[in-house]
Amino acid sequence: MKEETNSMPAHDAPQVNYLNWSHTVKSWLLTGDHKRIAMLYLISVSAFFLVGSAAAGLIRLELTSPRGVLLENETYNKIFTMHGVVMVFFFLIPAIPAILGNFLVPLMIGARDLAFPRLNLLSWYVYMAGGVCAVIAMMTGGVDTGWTFYTPYSSMYSKSQVVWAICGAFFAGFSSIFTGINFIVTIHKMRAPGLTWFRLPLFVWAQYATSVIMILGTPVIAITLLLVVVERTLHIGIFDPKLGGDPVLFQHLFWFYSHPAVYIMILPSMGVISELMACFSRKRVFGYSFVAFSSLAIAALGFLVWGHHMFVSSQSMYQGMVFSIISTVVAVPSAIKVFNWTATMYKGSIRLETPMYYALGFLGLFLIGGLTGLYLSSMATDIHLHDTYFVVAHFHYVMVGGTIMGYLGGLHFWWPKMTGRLYSEFWGRLSAILVFLGFNATFMPQFVVGYLGMPRRYHYYYLMPEFQIWHVLSSFGSILLAVGFMLPAFYLTWSYLKGPKAGPNPWNATGLEWTTQSPPMSHNFDEPPIVTEEAYAYDAEAEEAEDIEEAPAAKPAHAPKPAGG
Amino acid sequence: MGNFPLMPEQASTFAGPYDVLFLVTTILTVVFTGLVSALVVFFALRYRKGNKVNRKGAHDEHLPLELTWTILPLILGLVIFFWAAALFTHMRSAPKDAMEIYVIGKQWMWHIQHPDGVRENNELHVPLGKPVKLIMISQDVLHSFFIPQFRVKQDVIPGRYTTLWFEPSKVGRYNLLCAEYCGTQHSEMGGFVEVMEQAEYQKWLASKGARNFDQKLTMEKAGEAIYKQYNCAGCHEANDSIRGPSLAGLFGKVVALEKGDSVTADNSYVREAILSPNDRLTKGYIASMPTYKGQITEEQTLQLMAHIKTLGVAQPKPTMAPAVSPPAGSTDPSVPDVRPTGTPE
Ligand code: HEC
Ligand SMILES: [Cu+2]
Ligand SMILES: [Cu+2]
Repeated sequence: MKEETNSMPAHDAPQVNYLNWSHTVKSWLLTGDHKRIAMLYLISVSAFFLVGSAAAGLIRLELTSPRGVLLENETYNKIFTMHGVVMVFFFLIPAIPAILGNFLVPLMIGARDLAFPRLNLLSWYVYMAGGVCAVIAMMTGGVDTGWTFYTPYSSMYSKSQVVWAICGAFFAGFSSIFTGINFIVTIHKMRAPGLTWFRLPLFVWAQYATSVIMILGTPVIAITLLLVVVERTLHIGIFDPKLGGDPVLFQHLFWFYSHPAVYIMILPSMGVISELMACFSRKRVFGYSFVAFSSLAIAALGFLVWGHHMFVSSQSMYQGMVFSIISTVVAVPSAIKVFNWTATMYKGSIRLETPMYYALGFLGLFLIGGLTGLYLSSMATDIHLHDTYFVVAHFHYVMVGGTIMGYLGGLHFWWPKMTGRLYSEFWGRLSAILVFLGFNATFMPQFVVGYLGMPRRYHYYYLMPEFQIWHVLSSFGSILLAVGFMLPAFYLTWSYLKGPKAGPNPWNATGLEWTTQSPPMSHNFDEPPIVTEEAYAYDAEAEEAEDIEEAPAAKPAHAPKPAGG
Repeated sequence: MGNFPLMPEQASTFAGPYDVLFLVTTILTVVFTGLVSALVVFFALRYRKGNKVNRKGAHDEHLPLELTWTILPLILGLVIFFWAAALFTHMRSAPKDAMEIYVIGKQWMWHIQHPDGVRENNELHVPLGKPVKLIMISQDVLHSFFIPQFRVKQDVIPGRYTTLWFEPSKVGRYNLLCAEYCGTQHSEMGGFVEVMEQAEYQKWLASKGARNFDQKLTMEKAGEAIYKQYNCAGCHEANDSIRGPSLAGLFGKVVALEKGDSVTADNSYVREAILSPNDRLTKGYIASMPTYKGQITEEQTLQLMAHIKTLGVAQPKPTMAPAVSPPAGSTDPSVPDVRPTGTPE
């Protein structure tokens, strides 16, 4: 990371930027500025992450003993439901699109803002309304259905606050629809002159593909959840066979959205990884068009595989086979991305700085997450593993390994842009290493215990006490993971308050967002930028040659870091 | 604690083939993860900034490479798919001679009925080396019947039957679990599967039956009693009559429906025909059969079906709807009706 040195008259009066032009509460709460809205999201999404993590901590504590430690069954069930609902609807889905996407899409395409600034603000309010519903659900007794809200338990049997929780997910869904609409229109209509589709940063492609899924998928889950409420409150038979309904119908509708939702979580993260790989390898992303189109392929095929969640829910054998083979095929575009990122590093000039640590961590975890998907998309192997900790481990590798590593990598990469400040490289790398190790320590044992037969959503396992060792290992791992997650909260806050100034382009990265000041002014660019070259105009070879010319003497592997770096 | 179990015991004929597939997939996972990770680490170290290595001739694009890593994973994936599909087909095709046992899931226990009347809760006794087919239904919410050591699992659903089969291959006691979240005591909804030698099993059946002698009734007999109690025979005689179709030889028959389509009478159809008969009327009849939903339990339904299965084969009959349709308004079953000329048994 390069600190702003004497190249600019930095010590003059502070630049006016989107953060400091006004400090009033009103200027924040009524802002139309995509960057401020991204910051609002950053704060609220982080708060929910904290809540979800606390619930995860309790779960890990309970499972250290076959008969639980602190909680009653009922409470345990509410805790894991809360963990799932909060993490999925209020953290994983909005994290990258609503924070990084909001902040970066206009900057990356050289626009002043998103197409509909007020819709953007509304999306945050709707998100918060959903958050309030979720908090009400927790405060008034909690929900015990699991985040999947399977019927008829959720619609007729559960005695908990199902309606409030559904209301929360419903609103959160609308907020992502709004974000999706905004991104699509913006990317179509507001690209800077010269910025053709194939010059777009891959992050933008990923946001585009994600938005398509959000718009097509989210209405389905919204209606489905509404139907649960209708059955629950009015006893109109939709899902409960006692009322003439069909419980499996719910699963079809639910997964029609919720499988693509996995891609809502992972695609943006893949977009981040493309940016990081290019910048820190100083090379153009290998196979740009393959990476771009694989995002669209994932978005399209992702809608055709929902039945792989239902191999044992009375689906016919042939139905199962169709879903299984499409699921196998949808793994290919993800594999293409991984190989292309790896190839990007070949003959690069690689800088192992914090964001790159996260990106490499992403590769490791996502590989395992993706490949263990093969066990679950193959019907025969899925039968035994379905609804066990194997599945839990698998989707945490994809969603935590994939999404959070990408999110944190992106946050560290663009942090200097968002705040104008640098953070400590030492702590950044340490946190990346801790998250990676802690993550594996937490979830690797869960693959084993799942294969042994530990069902998910089990509070007690006293009939299988031999599983304890794996649960204890997993819980120890989660402590490491928690420390890894907590560190950034501290050093990033410190950076925001006291960190050294970053300058417009601390990483020497390409991309329009790096051509404007850090933090950017409210209208992003002084003059509308014009694009004349491909994305990722890095040249590892030339840069290396330059370095050698500059410093012909033997030099250390990497330059000493500036203060705070 | 203390030992590190790595795989579940193998106690059914599925377990062996299952674990082979599992192992191969694991090898694939490890090899690919290892390969890519090794490359990534290697590149990261070798091409680190400042290292004097040859960086000439790096590509941005390379079609043959792209095709290789598109097609290779696809082929490997498809190999696994077809292998898994074959095994899955086997796991889903119960042999004809499988012994049938009935399972009812309810919050929060497994209720099991053997055809000869023995019942048990949260325990399932099965003989070694005989295929067993479970016919399962839930009385309330979703559950999932899971025996890890057999590598089998099947959701148990309210309102429809699901089936599961296995052939135990090792004597012992195994876990019987519920894998689908079903409420407060989900994690405690389970018990044991006991695989016994054939002879032991016969002994167990006999003694178990003696212990609950009031339940010594086989399912068929229990069904017959219910059949009497509700006077099903009043409308369902040996031959089709104006009051109702004959139930003899119903199972497996193709039933023409009033709406014009037809179904093959299986467990699920017959269950529905008993509990909510008016949803799918048999061709030529009006909605005169009472709805037994809420009156007849899932357990009794299973017993009724066991009884209906004993009613024998339908007499080959001329395909005709009852000549006289019942007079309008005479849906009350107590109204005496003209008996059609059927030969009574
Ligand atoms: C009042 C007369 C009546 C009584 C009592 C009655 N049923 Fe029926 N049942 C009918 C009629 C009429 C039909 C055909 C129309 C329909 O599908 O509902 C029928 C249809 C059926 C069918 C579907 C047969 C087919 O060929 O599709 C089954 C199974 C059945 N009844 C079982 C029972 C059982 C078991 C009982 C006792 C618990 C019972 N019924 C009592 C009148 C009766
Ligand atoms: Cu899925
Ligand atoms: Cu359960």
